[in-house]
Amino acid sequence: MGVGNPNRAKAESGIVRWIDDRFPLTQMWQDHMSKYYAAKNFNVWYVFGVLSLLVLVNQILTGVWLTMSYEPTAEGAFASVEYIMRDVEMGWIIRYMHSSGASAFFVVVYLHMFRGLMYGSYQKPRELIWLFGMAIYLALMAEGFFGYLLPWGQMSYWGAQVILSLAGAIPVVGEDLVQWIRGDYLISGITLNRFFSLHVIALPMVILGLVVLHILALHDVGSNNPDGIEIDQNKDENGVPVDGAAFWPYHVIKDLVAVGVFLTVFCLVIFFFPEGGGYFIEKPNYEPANSLKTPEHIAPVWYFTPYYSMLRAITQPLFGLDAKFLGVIVMGGAIAILFVMPWLDRSPVKSMRYKGWMSRVWLAIFVVSFVILGYLGTLATTEGRTTVAQVCTLLYFLYFILMPFYTRMETTKPVPERVV
Amino acid sequence: MSNEVANPTRRRVLVGASLVVGAVGGVTALTPFVASWNPSAKARAAGAAVKADISKLEPGQQMIVAWRGKPVWIVRRSAEALANLDTLNGSLADPDSFDAKQPTYVPNTPVRSLRDEVIVMIGLCTHLGCSPTYNPEVVPTAFDANWQGGFYCPCHGSTFDLSGRVYKGKPAPTNLEIPPHFYESDTVILIGEDGGNA
Repeated sequence: MGVGNPNRAKAESGIVRWIDDRFPLTQMWQDHMSKYYAAKNFNVWYVFGVLSLLVLVNQILTGVWLTMSYEPTAEGAFASVEYIMRDVEMGWIIRYMHSSGASAFFVVVYLHMFRGLMYGSYQKPRELIWLFGMAIYLALMAEGFFGYLLPWGQMSYWGAQVILSLAGAIPVVGEDLVQWIRGDYLISGITLNRFFSLHVIALPMVILGLVVLHILALHDVGSNNPDGIEIDQNKDENGVPVDGAAFWPYHVIKDLVAVGVFLTVFCLVIFFFPEGGGYFIEKPNYEPANSLKTPEHIAPVWYFTPYYSMLRAITQPLFGLDAKFLGVIVMGGAIAILFVMPWLDRSPVKSMRYKGWMSRVWLAIFVVSFVILGYLGTLATTEGRTTVAQVCTLLYFLYFILMPFYTRMETTKPVPERVV
Repeated sequence: MSNEVANPTRRRVLVGASLVVGAVGGVTALTPFVASWNPSAKARAAGAAVKADISKLEPGQQMIVAWRGKPVWIVRRSAEALANLDTLNGSLADPDSFDAKQPTYVPNTPVRSLRDEVIVMIGLCTHLGCSPTYNPEVVPTAFDANWQGGFYCPCHGSTFDLSGRVYKGKPAPTNLEIPPHFYESDTVILIGEDGGNA
């Protein structure tokens, strides 16, 4: 006598059968693990999705533990971080796992996104995967921003001041909006408290939800691969893609190697370079926040610096809008334009392997511009650097704006039927 | 039981009306969540006016007082510095402070102050709110070989003269803000109130 949905996969007998009659356990295992087929020609670029998940788990776990000893007040925040570092038993390693984890998160996410750009993983039918992914990226940036205020050091404070005043550049409502976000006439303990709430409750929930959507969308249409071949087009008599391998055990075991390599590097950083030479934890952050004294040189954490460079690159007013507001528009536009990527690429092929030389050159220009912008964003401005940043900002946007043209104009190579 | 709707128009109107009422209720329910982000009564009380005693401020000196947690600069400028202000107009973005945030009772002449030598300004760059540094000497600097004395923002390189007027081609959109203030006595400035001037 069947209980539950008779059409779904069930175990023969035993406790799993009992669960299957009440919950789609075996069905879910098959859909997402043992009968989820991904192409067998995956290369090293395909490990960064799994690594992002690993870092997400690391951030949540260490974050829960840090919250146990952290005090979200203007008076106590800085001291409580030092308390975690010195007095809480092994607190230092949990804190370094979290702070280095934030940088590691952006490292693997940037590489994961580059993989998507290289192999056209955003193209039809994977537009929604890309959109959910971009939403995760946006939520991650917000999470990183809110989290960076919490140690209440000088760089925390003034970094937040700079970013918050971006909203102040919006004409008419800007100043009131900033005051509403701060909840005070300056960044104060009130601001710190709400950022803490957003950092530990609201955004982690949003990110987890988006990650579920990202993976569900992926498992519905199937993973792309370095050749951009749809493996679902070639199935054997059992409906199994002949060029695919089941996620469990094949891809999982392979990913464990990547996990091992990643953890080795991650541990080296935590044990020997936890401050990342001032890039993961900036030096002024060892001084408590002081609202009356700006540090000599303010730079956001490295993962924000490309956009920060673009903000600083805009120095001329245009169309009756002042340079500051234009800078904010350019910065927002640089992130927004990534969202429409699936509709900018008009190429008949997905992978760089079969696209023409123009796509390759533009991708290279884009990556180089992004890296240069990121580097410049960590430095103080000079006239020469501003000019370089302006050129790189222009190239960054041209990569996207010209994409509909060069992807259509260039000659592509024929995509093979099968994965070789 | 039949699935047919007896009166589809009435059904549509009812569903539509319920949705609208529900949406209005839902949006209204956001009120406390939005309102609770405004500055609280405690924060508003802490934002009251502050006094600054300028009796010990020498020419060329800068003092900083905190008002609403913002650095407010009071600078007593030397006679040479005041004379120099007029000569800078050509290289400034808004020499007559048309776009600047400043009380109407503070003249928008090059001195931008109630008393010629003493200027009161909010020491936060109008670009992104960093606090510029005070560089009063007329000497070549790393950021300007022809520096005439003023303020330099370490964040994005905006420069201002000793009246807080921004130089051309810099990211800061306007001159430094001047807060409401008045002289309570000869040597005491009250910052944060107009003193009946406005």
